[in-house]
Amino acid sequence: MADAPPPSDKPTASAAPAAPAHVPKAAVPTGPSDPPPPADLAPPAFLAALQAAVPGSVAHVSYWLGDWTLVVPAALLLQTAQHLRDGADAAFDFCSDVTATDWPPRAEGRFDVIYCLYSTRLRHRVRLKVILGEQQPLASVTSIWPAADWLEREVYDMFGVGFTGHPDRRRILMPEDWQGFPQRKDYPLEGPGELLMENPIDWLKLRQSRDQADIE
Amino acid sequence: MFDTNELVLNMGPQHPSTHGVLRVILRLDGEKVVDADVVIGYLHRGIEKLSENRNWTQIILLTDRMDYVAAATNNVGYCETVEKLMSIEVPRRAKYVRTILCELQRIASHCLWVGTHAMDIGAMTVFLYAFRERELILDLFEEFCGARLTYNSMRIGGLPLDIPPGWDKKVLEFCAIMDAKIDEYEELLTHNRIWLERTKGIGVISGPAAVALGLSGPPLRGSGVPRDVRKDEPYAAYDEMQFDVPVGTAGDTYDRYLVRMEEFRQSLRIVRQATEGLPEGPIVGKVPRLIKPPAGETYHAIESPKGELGYFIVSDGKSTNPYRFRVRPPSFCNLQGLRTLCKGHLVADVVALIGSLDVVLGEVDR
Repeated sequence: MADAPPPSDKPTASAAPAAPAHVPKAAVPTGPSDPPPPADLAPPAFLAALQAAVPGSVAHVSYWLGDWTLVVPAALLLQTAQHLRDGADAAFDFCSDVTATDWPPRAEGRFDVIYCLYSTRLRHRVRLKVILGEQQPLASVTSIWPAADWLEREVYDMFGVGFTGHPDRRRILMPEDWQGFPQRKDYPLEGPGELLMENPIDWLKLRQSRDQADIE
Repeated sequence: MFDTNELVLNMGPQHPSTHGVLRVILRLDGEKVVDADVVIGYLHRGIEKLSENRNWTQIILLTDRMDYVAAATNNVGYCETVEKLMSIEVPRRAKYVRTILCELQRIASHCLWVGTHAMDIGAMTVFLYAFRERELILDLFEEFCGARLTYNSMRIGGLPLDIPPGWDKKVLEFCAIMDAKIDEYEELLTHNRIWLERTKGIGVISGPAAVALGLSGPPLRGSGVPRDVRKDEPYAAYDEMQFDVPVGTAGDTYDRYLVRMEEFRQSLRIVRQATEGLPEGPIVGKVPRLIKPPAGETYHAIESPKGELGYFIVSDGKSTNPYRFRVRPPSFCNLQGLRTLCKGHLVADVVALIGSLDVVLGEVDR
């Protein structure tokens, strides 16, 4: 219900003219380029072991600005994560972040779900990336990294990614009865908030008066 | 599931010892905590969404509002991430000043922590002492950038302005004062019998469990894991500094306290080195007039006073605002551990545990 009204186009007073209030749909890029590593750069040691242990787990390897990123198919995420945590030369025991990005017009799937991993023993990092369709569920990694509990809840809250097997899938930052997912690109920057729920007519009046003030 | 003997107690969202608007729903058996549900989001302002609609330089001031007791640290983390995206080389002098500011922030943040944590447990005096010293740091910041809480004290590529004349001397004077004051805090607390009774053996967590739970910063080091982003992935000028990473052994509230007390001293050590060795030179690197990083994504972490503060930023290479702006807030991930930590303890210990995790709700909710 809350994401039904069209996004308001006018920039707020504090925003620079260069930054529009929302990104128009046509300008949304189709995803990051994920550049492959240069040919003379040796891949990290854990990569070969991972590919041997879980065949097909790495769809694409990317290296940019010193960060390794592995694109993992959604179906193999749990096995890959398990191996990365337990593998002797991987040992990614610390899940520092779980987040997502939204690329609405992309054909392969709308969301990138990103896992930032770190090894407290070997002191190296890697990022996992899962490309996911809008209605597609994703297995929760909370059984492997308990740290992902709240982080996955936030991804669900902000993007509407459905995690299966999560022990406590509720909204975390937004109110429980909130409609819509705020971090999606088609969610308006200036939401109607509680006013729309309580009194839609007042909200429309307020918007009209603001639009008029803008024209004047 | 609901036993007749169990009592559900709602702590917060407005409670003096939850350090902001935090709500903990405790399920009690007598006075023992059986389960706790931590409810957050009361301070959610949508900083991530806002940042995706502001241009790159405007975001610096939004980052101030996350961990508002250590605003300069947030600024440094954000600016370094953008510099990484744009491959900007920051001059050495700017790196040194950043290091000084970060460490002063760590001392200020720990001052606030030791004061409020001790006050929660019942030691009122420490609060007054610690705020007295925090005031000195705020004065230094005021002289540097004109603000006392939300500094906006960094720019992409370097610093907005050079340090005022004589400022470095004042920093060294402060270090001399602070040295004695830390001993004073420790005299009040470290061997205090009430303090020991309230903190020893409370909220014990082993090293591997803390890593799995995603704790970082002093709560992780209190459990004996020598993880510090300043040492492991040095940023600013930390690779040129000599300092130790204190770790605890027992992983209880007392060890987390000891770790932070030692961090006071190590921070002072870093501030002294950086101030005395402050190189001359420019304070801003080569930054294009229009900041527009190339398309791509990156994650960069720094050690904030609370733990690992990470920024994950995606640029589409076309617009003057980030496509995706994500913060990995250390307080958020540390607060997640509260449920595990407080099981089996008394209600009064929950207060001590919230204090020992040192969360800032502005950062938890963003």
